[in-house]
Amino acid sequence: MKEEQKKKESARVDDNAFLSRRQFFIKLGSGSLVLAGAGATVFAVQYLSPNVLYEPSPVVSAGRPDRFPANSVTFDPRFGIYIVHEAKGFYAMSAVCTHLGCMTVWKQDAGVIACPCHGSDFRVDGTVIRGPAPRPLPWLKTWLASSGDIVVDRSSQIRPESEYIQA
Amino acid sequence: MNLQKPIAAREGAAIRNPVHALVRWRDEFKQIFSARVREQQLGFRRSWYLGALTLGCFSIQIVTGLLLMLYYHPSIPQAYLDMKDLQFVVSSGVFLRNLHRWSAHAMVFLVFAHMAKVFYRGAYRPPRELNWVVGVCLLLLTLLASYTGYLLPWDQLSYWGTTVGSSIISSTPYIGEKLRFILLGGHSVNANALLRFYVLHVVILPLAVILLVSVHLWRLHKDGGMYDEHEHPANKP
Repeated sequence: MKEEQKKKESARVDDNAFLSRRQFFIKLGSGSLVLAGAGATVFAVQYLSPNVLYEPSPVVSAGRPDRFPANSVTFDPRFGIYIVHEAKGFYAMSAVCTHLGCMTVWKQDAGVIACPCHGSDFRVDGTVIRGPAPRPLPWLKTWLASSGDIVVDRSSQIRPESEYIQA
Repeated sequence: MNLQKPIAAREGAAIRNPVHALVRWRDEFKQIFSARVREQQLGFRRSWYLGALTLGCFSIQIVTGLLLMLYYHPSIPQAYLDMKDLQFVVSSGVFLRNLHRWSAHAMVFLVFAHMAKVFYRGAYRPPRELNWVVGVCLLLLTLLASYTGYLLPWDQLSYWGTTVGSSIISSTPYIGEKLRFILLGGHSVNANALLRFYVLHVVILPLAVILLVSVHLWRLHKDGGMYDEHEHPANKP
């Protein structure tokens, strides 16, 4: 008896004319579950991503140009950046290691920028000398504000050696 | 069939005598194992008690963790100051903190040792393959609990440890940056990250561990109790 019923049901599906009542409700039910699951995922991702952040601004003022003597590299621990003053002018570079985000330091004696975490070394222009760092330290968008201060936008990177500021 | 089970327990009758209640509790507890257990299987040599010791460490984590929560505020810079207070001001605070810390290290070690023991004895084989998967999930939860707890003292070590860890997460293909942003609740390890790690560490992960340990023990019972290599079909001549 049951077998017959099953055969009948599958025969109905095979000709694709219409779904049986049971199959319609199974499709409706599982479809709604998938929809609800997708909705819940979107809801969760949106809720977990903050819309307003109380983080420090990425745009910072590094101070007046005369703070940085010629041919010098100055590490600013407040903002995690280097201000480099060389013959062509000033530029700013991120001090955050491109390997795993540690703060690098400028080694005056060796003339390299070194990461204490996993031993990456960088040149003054940011390129990698050795270590696990996959990319050079990025150069950051820099300009002179009307107040005369060097201003650095840590959120926007520029091509290395593409811009220098003169002061 | 379980012949050792008292009739009262089988039929679910109310037990009013406290001694009987204790006996029943003992009998129920025994049912983590199968009804017929060789004495050798329960001995130290077979399992080195690694699973039980891991569970013991977890209980220590719960008790000491609850007590540490009474003095800890997950905010900046209060978190670091509270941690220092626990070490130098609160009576027995340094003992509880170190107990929590060392027991956490021991738990990670024991979980790996338990896994290795199960692996090299071949105890993961059917019918216990599902319990192996549950165990792997428990290993991951243990590591996550350890990782989230590492940030809570809010000192240099934990700050940079979490910076490095979350940078590793951000190298996930395609969704890495988004994943890191959601985990930290921001672009850097900050007040939001501390709060999120705290909630994960004290609520979400422990609840998940308790749930999965229950499943782990239930499966241990259902799959025939402690593994006996002489009874496994693969080892029979």
